[in-house]
Amino acid sequence: MENKKSFNITFYLLIIPVLLWLIILIVLPHIDLLISSFQSDSDAGGKVFTLEHYAAFFQSKIYWLTFVNTAAYAIGITILAFIVTFPVAFYLTKVISKKYSSFLALLLLIPLWVGELVTVYGWMIILGDHGVINEFLIYIGLIDKPINMLYTNFSMSIGLLYISMLFMVVPVMSTLESLDDSLIEAASDLGATKWTIFTKIIIPYSMPGITSGGIIVFMLVIGDYVAPDILGGKSSLWFTEQIYNEFLSTFNWGEGAAFGFLLLMISSSIIWLALKLTGQKLEKVGS
Amino acid sequence: MIRSLPNSPVYKYTYRFYVICFFIFLVMPLIAIAVLAFNDSSSVALPWKGFTLDWFFANTDQRTGLLADDGLIQSIFISVKTAFYVATISTIVGIAAALLFEEEKFRLKGLLYFLALTPLVIPGVILGISILLSSTLAGSYIEQKFGWDIAFLSPSFWLVVLGQFSFGATYVMLLVGARLKKFDRTLEEAALSLKATRLQSIWYVTIPFLRPAILGAFVVAFLISFSNFNTTIFLIGSDPTLPVDLYSRIKFSSTPILNAVSFLIVVFITVAALLSLFLNRNKK
Repeated sequence: MENKKSFNITFYLLIIPVLLWLIILIVLPHIDLLISSFQSDSDAGGKVFTLEHYAAFFQSKIYWLTFVNTAAYAIGITILAFIVTFPVAFYLTKVISKKYSSFLALLLLIPLWVGELVTVYGWMIILGDHGVINEFLIYIGLIDKPINMLYTNFSMSIGLLYISMLFMVVPVMSTLESLDDSLIEAASDLGATKWTIFTKIIIPYSMPGITSGGIIVFMLVIGDYVAPDILGGKSSLWFTEQIYNEFLSTFNWGEGAAFGFLLLMISSSIIWLALKLTGQKLEKVGS
Repeated sequence: MIRSLPNSPVYKYTYRFYVICFFIFLVMPLIAIAVLAFNDSSSVALPWKGFTLDWFFANTDQRTGLLADDGLIQSIFISVKTAFYVATISTIVGIAAALLFEEEKFRLKGLLYFLALTPLVIPGVILGISILLSSTLAGSYIEQKFGWDIAFLSPSFWLVVLGQFSFGATYVMLLVGARLKKFDRTLEEAALSLKATRLQSIWYVTIPFLRPAILGAFVVAFLISFSNFNTTIFLIGSDPTLPVDLYSRIKFSSTPILNAVSFLIVVFITVAALLSLFLNRNKK
C-alpha cells in the first residue's frame, strides 16, 4: 500500500512541472495567437471578432508575395543544404579514418554554438564591397571594381544556408554511422556502380536522418530573421520581417498575430507533408 | 567509395578537394572576424592597416575598446545571467519530462509528448510573439481585475527567461531521455525491492546514472539561451541580451568592437569544444 502511495507522489511531482510548462508556455500562447488574429479593438474599447487581418494579407500583393517567396526559399535552401552537406557527412563517417573524423565533426559544431548573429556578421564582413572576397579579387587583379554581393538575395541565401546546414549534417552523420560497411562492399563485389550504391543503399538507409535534418533546417530558415535582415537587401522579401514590423514598429498586433499564425500553418503543413511522404513520426525527429 | 574499397585517384582527390572547400566555407566567417578584430582601422572591413589591440583595451575619444564599453559589458552580463536561469529551470523540468515519458504510464501521454516536442518545429519568432501576446493579455486582465501590476508579465528579464525555457526544456528532455533509454530498469527495481521509495530510487540510482547527460544538457541549454535572438527580441525589456545588443550595433553602428566580442565568443566556444574532445578521449 505504502509503495503504491509514494509512487503516486512521484508521478505528480514529475507531471506537474511538465504540465505547467506545456500549458502555460506552449498551449495557451498559441490559442491566444489564434484568437488575437481574429480580434480588433471596437469603438467601445472592447474586442470584436474580425476577419480584417486576414483580409489585409490576401488583399495586398506584397504580403502574400513575400509569404510565397519565403516558403519557396525555405524549401530551396533545405534542398541545397542536403546537397552541400551530404557528401561531407558521408566523408566524415565512411571515408576518412576515425582518428580525424571526431576532430572534424567537432569543427562542424563550432559555428553552431558560436551563434547565428556572430556568423552572419562574419559573412557581412566577407561579402561587403570592401570585404574579404572583393579585396582579394581586386588584389590579384581579376576585377577592378567590387562586385556587389552584400544586401542581395545571394548573400541572404549564403547566410541562411550557413546557419542551417549544420543541423542537416548532424542527424545524417548519426544514421550513416550505423550503416554497415559490408552492405556497400557486397554491392560493390556484385558489380554495382557507385551511383547504384548511392541511390539504392545509402540514400534509402539515411532517409530518417535526412528527414529529421530537413525538417529542422526548413523550420530554422522559414522562421529566421537575422540573416534576411542583415544580409538581405531591401528587395529581399522575407515574411518574418513583416511580423517583426507589425509587432515592433507599427504595433499592429492583430495583423502580426494573423501573419504569425499563417507562418505557423505553412511551416507545420510542409513539415507534416514531409513526415507523411517519408513515413516518419515527429517522435523520430527529436532523436 | 568507402575505406575498404579501392578508388580511382581522380575520384579520391576530387572528393577530398570538395570536403576541403566545405571546411574553408565553414571557417571563413570565423577567421575573418578573428583577423579583423586586430585591424588598426575604424571600419569593420578591409584594407588591413596594421595590428592593434585597441578594440579590446582602448578608452580614448576616437576609440572605445570592449573592456571600456559599459553597455556591452552589461549586455554580456545579462546574457550570462539569463542563460544560467534558463539552463537551470530547463534542466529541472527537462529531467522531470524525460522521467515522465520514459518511465510512467498515463492517459494522454502521447499527446503530451507530442506537445513537448513541438518547440522543435515551431519557429522561434512564433514562440516569441505568442508568449508576448498571452503574457500581455494575462497582465492586463490581472491589472483590471485586481489592480496588481505584475512586472514579469510585460517584456522584461523574467519574460525572456520564460520564453527561452519554453524550448530549452525540450532539448534537455531529449538529451536526458536518450541516456535514460540505456538505463537498466532492474537497478531501480532492485532499489524498490530493498524498500527504497520511488523518489529515493530516482534520487540515488537513476539521477547518478544520468549525471553526464544532465551536465551536457545543462551546457546545451546554456548555449542555446546565450545565442538566442528570434524569441528574445519580442520579450526583451529595457536591458538587452548580448545577441540583441550585437544586432542593433550591426544594424546601426558597426565598429571593430563587434569583431572583438565575436572573436572572444569564437575563442571561448573553440576552447570549450576542444576541452570536451580531450576529456571524452581520456575517458575511452
